[in-house]
Order: sequence, then structure tokens, then C-alpha cells
Amino acid sequence: MSDAAAHALDHHEPVTSTGIPNKKVLMWAFLGSDCMFFGTLISTHLIYRKISATVGGNFLDIRDVFDIELTSFSTFILLASSLFMALAVSAIHKGNLNSTRWMLFGTIIFGAIFLACQVYEFTHFVYAPGNELTLSSYRGEPHVFGSTFYVLTGTHGTHVAIGVFWLIGWLVYSFTGKMSTADAMDVECCGLYWHFVDIVWIIIFPVVYLMEYAF
Amino acid sequence: MAIESLKYASPDTETKIEAKVFPRPSQYTTGLVDWLTTIDHKKIGLMYGMAALFFLLVGGIEALLIRSQLWSHNMEVLTNREYNQMFTMHGTTMVFLVIMPLSAAFFNYLMPLQIGARDVAFPRMNALSLWCFVSGGIILNLSWFFTGGSPAIGWFGYAPLTDTRFAEVLGDMGPDFWIFSLQMLGLASLLASFNFITTIINMRAPGMTMMRMPVFTWMTLIVSFLIILAFPAITIALVELMFDRTYGTNFYDFLEGGKPHLWQHLFWIFGHPEVYILILPAMGIVSEVIPVFSRKPLFGYGLVIFSGAIIGFMGFAVWSHHMFTTGMGVVATSAFSILTMLIAIPTGVKIFNWIGTMWGGRIRFDTPMLFALGFITMFMIGGFTGIMHSSVPIDAQHQDSYFVVAHFHYVLIGGALFGLFCGFYFWLPKMTGRMLNEKLGKFVFTLMFIGFNLTFFPMHYLGMIGQPRRTHSYNEGHGFETWNQIATIGSFILGIGIAIGVYQFVSAFFNKRLKPAGKNPWDARTLEWTLSSPVKEYNFARNPIIKARDQAWENNYGPKENHSQKEPLDDHGVHMPDRSWYPLLTAVGLFVMVIGMLFHASIDASGELVRNYTVAVAGGVVSTIGIIMWSLEGPAGYHLFPKEKEE
Ligand code: HEM
Ligand SMILES: [Cu+2]
Repeated sequence: MSDAAAHALDHHEPVTSTGIPNKKVLMWAFLGSDCMFFGTLISTHLIYRKISATVGGNFLDIRDVFDIELTSFSTFILLASSLFMALAVSAIHKGNLNSTRWMLFGTIIFGAIFLACQVYEFTHFVYAPGNELTLSSYRGEPHVFGSTFYVLTGTHGTHVAIGVFWLIGWLVYSFTGKMSTADAMDVECCGLYWHFVDIVWIIIFPVVYLMEYAF
Repeated sequence: MAIESLKYASPDTETKIEAKVFPRPSQYTTGLVDWLTTIDHKKIGLMYGMAALFFLLVGGIEALLIRSQLWSHNMEVLTNREYNQMFTMHGTTMVFLVIMPLSAAFFNYLMPLQIGARDVAFPRMNALSLWCFVSGGIILNLSWFFTGGSPAIGWFGYAPLTDTRFAEVLGDMGPDFWIFSLQMLGLASLLASFNFITTIINMRAPGMTMMRMPVFTWMTLIVSFLIILAFPAITIALVELMFDRTYGTNFYDFLEGGKPHLWQHLFWIFGHPEVYILILPAMGIVSEVIPVFSRKPLFGYGLVIFSGAIIGFMGFAVWSHHMFTTGMGVVATSAFSILTMLIAIPTGVKIFNWIGTMWGGRIRFDTPMLFALGFITMFMIGGFTGIMHSSVPIDAQHQDSYFVVAHFHYVLIGGALFGLFCGFYFWLPKMTGRMLNEKLGKFVFTLMFIGFNLTFFPMHYLGMIGQPRRTHSYNEGHGFETWNQIATIGSFILGIGIAIGVYQFVSAFFNKRLKPAGKNPWDARTLEWTLSSPVKEYNFARNPIIKARDQAWENNYGPKENHSQKEPLDDHGVHMPDRSWYPLLTAVGLFVMVIGMLFHASIDASGELVRNYTVAVAGGVVSTIGIIMWSLEGPAGYHLFPKEKEE
């Protein structure tokens, strides 16, 4: 048998001890670890939420700064993007390249809208008169809220951005003519990541935003 | 036997695309290019080991400088600041650049062999982990050459020592180098751990059930889980610190509302699991060695594994025993005290298992066994002092004294390092194909054992009579001199012992006069000993079918039905994934990015702060290109055709 023919024979899906593909196990392990990353950030935020050095124990009323309508909208958009992602995974499993493309495209667009909202939100918080919530201060007084808020939501935003680039990668790849059901598992891993980032936001939104209106 | 992905459905076209951009080294590559592009877990393991041994010598020299400074009262071998730098660099180097990578070296080399796998699940990611580790080591040590020199903040980097406003030297960059190098090393450990977890869960040979796996492989699995769950805490703590230092956030800045205390919590939430990350691999090694040299199976295999898992689990719930004197309140302090006492139980269980293994066995005292026995005894002393400072009032006396220094060196040298040396003496014949000189080995052990105890035993007493740790010098009249001098003499003996040991390990690879080892020189028990020494590139010519725990031993002495079998040799040979440049390229990109971040800020002529991210972005682009090319090239591969009789 020629080498090339042997190659072709050899390239079926590898048999693993658990039957779960390696990449999926890898992705789950990574997500477990990522939980701890966000866990640390969220705890930091919660510990510091009502602490301020110079505002003399009078914690800042962050509701003056927050734009909860906008954030609710972007939350909705991010959640909706998960639907597109799920549909994209299902489409590639069925080998429907056209629908995969559209669903990937939808996910990317919604992810991008979310990011745009976040960029707007950050700029607005920092620069709009009366807000002036920066990394280190609030209306000119030293403060910790900005530190924990921006680093936490910024880390989440970075995750979304990485996801968007990854999805763009798939979209481009889908036009090379090489994408097939053989890639379904890889797309699924990408989907796992995307859903996870979504779930993290489902925790961040109530804990960081909504809670300010309740307690 | 496709290893990495199912994407190589059309390998030929894929290879063509990337060949135009960056030629992929062929299967016949040798020399430097081979080492730079290799994705073979054995070669990666060896490089991990060699780099770590080098850093062991670096860290050792730093330790000897510290000991020289403490020879007598008010010595001036080092200045105040140099002394602080020395113990910072010593601690950071030994923990992150020596013990962890030495463990990683053994994980890499042995674990796939012990479970009967061709390689780890993601060979190229494994190479990336190696190169991240190497660049982390370089970044840490580059700090010597820039403003302020090396960090002087302790390996724990307590806030507010790291606050820019309190820097002894204006614009001190030491802590920045420290932050970025730890991030790089953390990345290396995380990548390796994801890989090991996937490999152990998914790539066991047929019949290799979880409860047939060698204990060392079990410890690899547990340690990998500890790493992926504990490192995020320090990664985030370091990110926050980086923001504090670079962008003026207030996480740890007590003048502006931050809490230095938070740093301690985050550091030790990572830090205590970390000490188990350091010790469990050594425990795994010793659990392999003692049965071999007692000619008995491990006593209570299940219990050893279970207690390892319990230790790992409870390790996440005791971190605040490092903070008993910070005033956490009675409830928290008592809870952490009780949990710390409890964690000693599974540790003790293991010790009884090792003793039970030796009990009634026919013990041979070869060098690996001597180190294993040294491990048990010395680790026990460290464990006892650990239990002592789990008691809050007693710890209030121990805290920040030399007693603590004695404790953690008994567990880290007497424990971890003895265990790793034990591993070298045990497995180097497998890695090099040559037996090490027994006489020299025993000499090394004697030097290390005597030197180690001379150095660290007196520290218990010095701590009790009040010598503080992390302190540059002491005054006359405390009665510290004699024991400090004994410790310093001991440290040089220990240093010489280690140096000879390292020489012996390295020379085993080159010294052709050493006796050939053969397949199984120790009459050992686990699967790797069924292979030829050194192990062939492809590991197993034919997939083994596992029938029992301690497979090598069963093959030699067990009943027929316990003998392992081999899958038939098929006509397309063993599939080997191709070498790749991209792991190295990605790591270089990250390295450049870090350098760019370190030097991005400057003060211009008008005194304004200018930020210039060009280099950092360039580095980021390089590693992104690396990753993209990496995923496009696919694992590809070639075939090897071992002869029928080859293992
Ligand atoms: C029986 C198990 C153990 C117990 C109960 C224990 C307990 C403790 C306690 C309470 C401290 C804090 C002392 C103080 O600062 O006042 C401590 C420090 C330390 N332990 Fe252990 N320990 C144990 C095992 C280990 C092991 C296995 C290692 C590493 C391999 C280790 C490494 C360390 C280190 C490095 C420190 C000092 C950290 C620093 O302050 O820089 N310990 N231990
Ligand atoms: Cu501890």
C-alpha cells in the first residue's frame, strides 16, 4: 500500500478511552479553570463593592453612573447570540454549510454589538460629565469601584472579543471549501466556549449591575 | 492511531498550503532544529529537566550567598537590598523554576509511557508549554539588569511592598519582571496541565483502567487538577497588581481604599494548593520506588490514591493558616486551624502505606531507595512542624521566624527535592539506557543528607530563640552565631552534594563507559519498564493491551492470564505527528509582548508619561500568526515501521 493511501485509511476519528473527543475534554478542563478566573474577579468586586477611602464610608451611588437600559439591552443581545451559536453547531453537524455560515455570521454580529455597547459604556462612564468613574477614582476622589468594575467586565469583554475572532476564523474557513462535518467537533468546542462566556455574563449582570438596585 | 485531531482528513493539501509559508521540519531532522521543533513528550521532558537543573544551580548560588551573609552577626556580604533580592529570587526560582518544572519533566517523560500512549493528547501544545516556561525563566532573571535590579518583595510579593510609591529605587522594575514572569510560568503550567488531564482521561491503552494506573500517573492527574484550579487565583491577583502598578488602580493600595490583606488571601488561595503541587509528584515517585526496592506491591494502592485526592481537595480549604497573625477573627482562625490539623491525616496515611510496603519486604538499598527513605524521614519532620504551626497560639510564636524556614525546607528539600532526585536515580537508566554509578550516587546522597540536616535542623532552634526570617543581619549577643555557622557549613556541603548529583545526571547522557541498563534493571513493576532503554521515538511499536496493575511485574512473575498482550502490527505502521515551528514562534511572540509591556511607559522631555505599545502589539501579532498557522498546518505526520520483534 502506498504511503498516501495508508494515510487516508488512518485518518478516522481517534478512539479515546472515554469516547469523548480529546478537544472536548480539553475545552471542559479549560472552562473549569476559567470559572476560577472569573470567581476570583467577581469575589474581588463583591468584597470591595461598598468600600471607599475618601468618601468617608458613604459609598458611591453607582446608579447615577450606570445606564441600566443599555446594559439590559446588551445582555439580551449576548444571550440571543447563544441561540445563533447553537444553531451553527447543529447546522455543521448536519453538513449544512450555508446555514452554518449564516448562523456564525449572526453570532459574530451579536457579539460585536455587545462589544460595541461595552465600549460605549466604558467611554461614557469615564468621560461623560458627572460620571467620571475611572480606573482609580470617582469624580476626582480615589475609589476602588472603578478598579474592580473595569477589570472584571473588561476581562469578560476580552473573552467575548477572543470568541468573536475565533468565530470570524471559522467564517473565513467556511469559504475555503474545506469545511465539512469533520470540523463539527471543533466548531462545537468553539460553541462551548461561547456559551460559557455567556453564562459568566449571566452571573456578572445581576451581581455587578442589578444588585446595585436591590441592596 | 491519530493523536491530535480529526482535521487531517486531507493531510496532503494541508501540508502544501503551509509549506509555502514556513517549511515544516521533516522526520529526519536532527540537531538543534530537532530540539527546537520537537513535539515528542520525551524530548520535551528532557528539556524541561535540563533547564530546571540549570536553575537549581542558579537558585543554589543565591542560597549560598544568603547563608554567607548570615554566617555571623552584622556581616556585609550583601547589602540590605541585595539580601532581600536574593531571598526573593531564591524562593521564586526554587518554587517555579526548579521543583515545578522538574515535576513537569517527569510527568512529560513518564506519564504517556505509564499509560501506554503514543504521546500526550496535544503534542504541539506541550512544546508551547516548554517554551513558555523557558521564557518565563529568562524574564525573571533579566530583572537583574534593569532599573532597581531584581525584585526585593519576597516570593509572596506582599502588598504594599509592591506599591510603586514605596519602592526603594525610583522606577524599580523588579516587581514588574516578577509579575510577568509568573504569568508566563503560570501559562506554561496551565497548558501542560490541560494536556495531561486530557491524556490521562482519554488516551489510556486498552485495559488500562483508572485503578490500574501507576500511582505516579495518578499524582500527575491530581496535581494537574490542582494547577488548573489554583493558578487562576494568582493569575488574577497578578493582573490586579499589574493594573495597580501600571495603570494606577487601587486594588491593593491602602491609601486609596484598597486592602493589602486581599493580596494575602489571593496569594495563599493559590499558595497552599501550590505546596501540594510541589509535594505530590515526589510522593508519586516514592510510591513507585519503594515497592520496587522492597519487592512487594504497594500496600494500600487505593488508599494512597484516595489520600492524595483528599489532600488535593482539602488543600483548597486551609490557605489562611499562613495568615493566622493578620487578625481574621476567632471563627475563621479556628476553622482554618482545625482544617489544617485534619489535612495531616491523609498525609500520615501515606506514610503508613510506605512503611507497610517495606514491612516484610526484601529491601535493597540502592541509591533510589536511599533517597526514598530520606524522603520519608525528612518529610515526616517537616510534617510534624507543620502540624505544630497549625495551632494558632503556637504559630503566633513561629510566624516569621526561622522555625518556619526549617519547616518548609524539610518539606521542600527533604521532601520534594529528595523525591525528585530519587526519581532521577530511578528513571535515568530508562531515559539514557545507562546505569548510574552506584558509589557516586550513594556519595551524593550522604553529602545531601548530612548537609541538609546540618543546615536546617539548627534553624528550628534558631527560630525558637527568636531569629526572624527575611532579615538581613542580626546583632551580637543573641546567641545566634554558632548555629548559623553550622547551618552555613551545612549549606555548602548540601550545595556540593547537589552539584555532583546534577553533574552525574547530565553526564549519564554522554558517558559511554557506564554500564548499559537493559529493559528493566531494577526488576521494576510499571509499564514503562517493558520498553527498551532509552525508549524508542514511537514508544510502543504495538499498542499494549493491559491486563493488570503493575504490568511489567505481572509479565515476569504473574499468572499467564495477567500477561499483557499487543495489538497486531498493522501494515501502515506507527503514525507520528510532524515537528513544528509554531509552538516556538508563539512563545517568542509572547516573550516579545511581555518585553514590550515591561518597557512601554517612559517619561518624555516635558515630564509627561508616554505609553508606546508598538513592541507589545508586534509581539502579540507574532504569536497570533503562530497560532493561526498552527491550526492551519494540522498535526500532519509520517509513519514509522518498527520490526516485528521491536517493543
Ligand atoms: C502536614 C502538612 C502541613 C502542614 C500542617 C503545614 C502547615 C503550615 C503552616 C501553618 C504554615 C504557616 C507558618 C507561618 O508562616 O507561620 C506553613 C508554611 C509553609 N509550608 Fe507548610 N504545612 C504542611 C506541609 C507542607 C508541604 C508539603 C509543603 C511544601 C512542599 C509546605 C510548604 C510550606 C511553605 C513553603 C511555607 C512557608 C510559606 C511562606 O511563608 O513563605 N508545607 N505550613
Ligand atoms: Cu500552607
